[in-house]
Amino acid sequence: MSSTYLGMPGRPVFGDGNLHATEAFPTAARRELGNAQLRANLGHATHTIRDKRLRVVAELPDWEELRDAGSAIKESVMARLPELLEEFEANFTARGGKIHWARDAAEANKTVRDLIRDAGADEVVKVKSMATQEIGLNEYLEEQGIAAFETDLAELIVQLDHDKPSHILVPAIHKNRTQIRDIFLREMPDVDPGLTNNPARLAEAARVHLRRKFLSAKVAVSGANFAIAKSGTLAVVESEGNGRMCLTLPETLITVMGVEKLLPSWQDLEVFMQLLPRSSTGERMNPYTSLWTGVTEGDGPQNVHLVLLDNGRSAALADEMGRSALHCIRCSACMNVCPVYERTGGHAYGSTYPGPIGAILSPLLTGITSEENASLPYASSLCGACYDACPVKINIPEILVHLRAEDVDSRRGTRKTPGQMDVAMKAASWAMGAGRRMALAEKALPLGKLAAGPDRKIKKLPGIAAGWTQSRDIPAPPAQSFRDWWGKERGKSAPGENAPTITRQKEKE
Amino acid sequence: MSARTEILDRLRSALHDAPAAPDIPRHYRHESGLPGDERIELLRDRLLDYKAGVCVVDEPDVPARVAELLGKGTTYVVPPGLEEAWTALAPGRITDSAEEPLSVAELDAADAVVTGCAAAVAETGTIILDGSPDQGRRAISLIPDHHICLVRAGDIAGVLPEALRGLDGTHPLTWISGPSATSDIELERVEGVHGPRTLDVVIIRV
Repeated sequence: MSSTYLGMPGRPVFGDGNLHATEAFPTAARRELGNAQLRANLGHATHTIRDKRLRVVAELPDWEELRDAGSAIKESVMARLPELLEEFEANFTARGGKIHWARDAAEANKTVRDLIRDAGADEVVKVKSMATQEIGLNEYLEEQGIAAFETDLAELIVQLDHDKPSHILVPAIHKNRTQIRDIFLREMPDVDPGLTNNPARLAEAARVHLRRKFLSAKVAVSGANFAIAKSGTLAVVESEGNGRMCLTLPETLITVMGVEKLLPSWQDLEVFMQLLPRSSTGERMNPYTSLWTGVTEGDGPQNVHLVLLDNGRSAALADEMGRSALHCIRCSACMNVCPVYERTGGHAYGSTYPGPIGAILSPLLTGITSEENASLPYASSLCGACYDACPVKINIPEILVHLRAEDVDSRRGTRKTPGQMDVAMKAASWAMGAGRRMALAEKALPLGKLAAGPDRKIKKLPGIAAGWTQSRDIPAPPAQSFRDWWGKERGKSAPGENAPTITRQKEKE
Repeated sequence: MSARTEILDRLRSALHDAPAAPDIPRHYRHESGLPGDERIELLRDRLLDYKAGVCVVDEPDVPARVAELLGKGTTYVVPPGLEEAWTALAPGRITDSAEEPLSVAELDAADAVVTGCAAAVAETGTIILDGSPDQGRRAISLIPDHHICLVRAGDIAGVLPEALRGLDGTHPLTWISGPSATSDIELERVEGVHGPRTLDVVIIRV
């Protein structure tokens, strides 16, 4: 048990790989906002999936009870993570599976490469997996002379276009059918030159393109949605059958999974398999789910490996406020309801994990002092839609605020003199501290109106406030404050009607 | 220090505040309470919604219906333990087993596959295969383009927890809810990608 552990509390070790953004969110978002096609594609997709999700969630009379159970199961998993991992390892190994542990992205990549080489292969088929995306496995394998073929339709589209995924569940959500047809015509050898942009025709083209690969592949690489500690069972949830192809046909199966994906028992699966499909694709159940426990003689891969990945998860677990971000089951419901994601798309977040969950998960995995990821907790309006949609009730807004505070604290230590923000906040605090001072400050309102000019918009604020106007305009302030208006309309004629808060404030003075 | 020791140490250190593992509230539905014929009707409705084919027949009518679904001149794969009477009216039967498995090419050349199932879930339109002798290896229900699945009405559960109670999670399990499908292009659902493009479910009344 964790409570009896007597080792020295170590310094958190953060993750690397494709978790780090290369530029700060505001800069990336500003550029993406200019892409009208992207916004049209995204708006259509997120609204469609949002409506579908609401319909199927409303069908279940016990949706909230399922969320409560899911949330408590995950909290319990985090509290008992080390012992559950050991339990899982013992059971998976007893049934012929092999476990490998990886401290970070580099170690995981190298382990996978060695396993592929041991199997005598120079190419692999891949099931869509966030964990392998996170560690940059495809790029690494390519450097090592191993070809990795993505087999999920959306991942295939992104891979053929030499692009990056922009959504956890529908990685090519930012592309429409015509763009996809153009990619296939350009990148798929032997494709029918008369290919139309009909989705059924495009799916058929992918089927033909991958069929021979599936039937001849010797090694497959996958992620896992769940791992059941009590039995040593792994589960992959998918739709197209590409998962089943990869998980059952090759001789060698290598799975890469974050350590947080455990469930204690078989019974817990019934909760998550009701929460996940309805939250992610808005379906009552996804078309295919595969479960395997080590090796089954005469059925499926006979060399079964699992790489257990830390890569910053232990550091995230150490954050008492933020650790519930590890409850995430990667359903992407938060993305589809997020007003910020809907406008900027997933690329703006830089990290493998975009959207509201990415805005907390990425900085937790890499540390808030990681240069560009420090801007992610600000990529939110704190409207709370993500918290409402989350099937395991991760309080994303609360963690965003917590991480913002961490970010401010971490920078405070490095400065000797107070910054512009400190001065501004001090001044605001003093002015707002008393009604009389606030009234005085409001006398400056007409100045703002003047600054706005004839189109009644302020396009650039001075100093650090310039960040706010970088990608939006601020409307001109009104000619008079509410306080002045109240004074003129009611103040003199009916003194008894003064708002009680103002009266109290005056008494204090 | 091995990666295993180091990761487990890091995780233990991370739990320095020794958080309590909460009790799990399981107030969600464990039973649907639906009578048998309503479970059949619900499963039928859900499967049709996924664009699967569904028919409900009495046991003596199974061979005729299977033959009809297979059509003439079809070669089809069956697992070793599938009741022979059920496919008696359809020539072209090839048996696959763990001991004598068909090659991937042979499976690819077959037109169809006929299997039983371990359980079905009415509310989600799911059939569950667990590798038992009447269901066979995972590959056989994957590679041929047409899957005919025979479901005994008594194996239909109302909700997921009912179905999972009776299953052994250490068997290789395949849950199937409709034929292979994708929604990756503008979220428009397209049936038939890599798995069987046609799924026919024959529900056998008892």
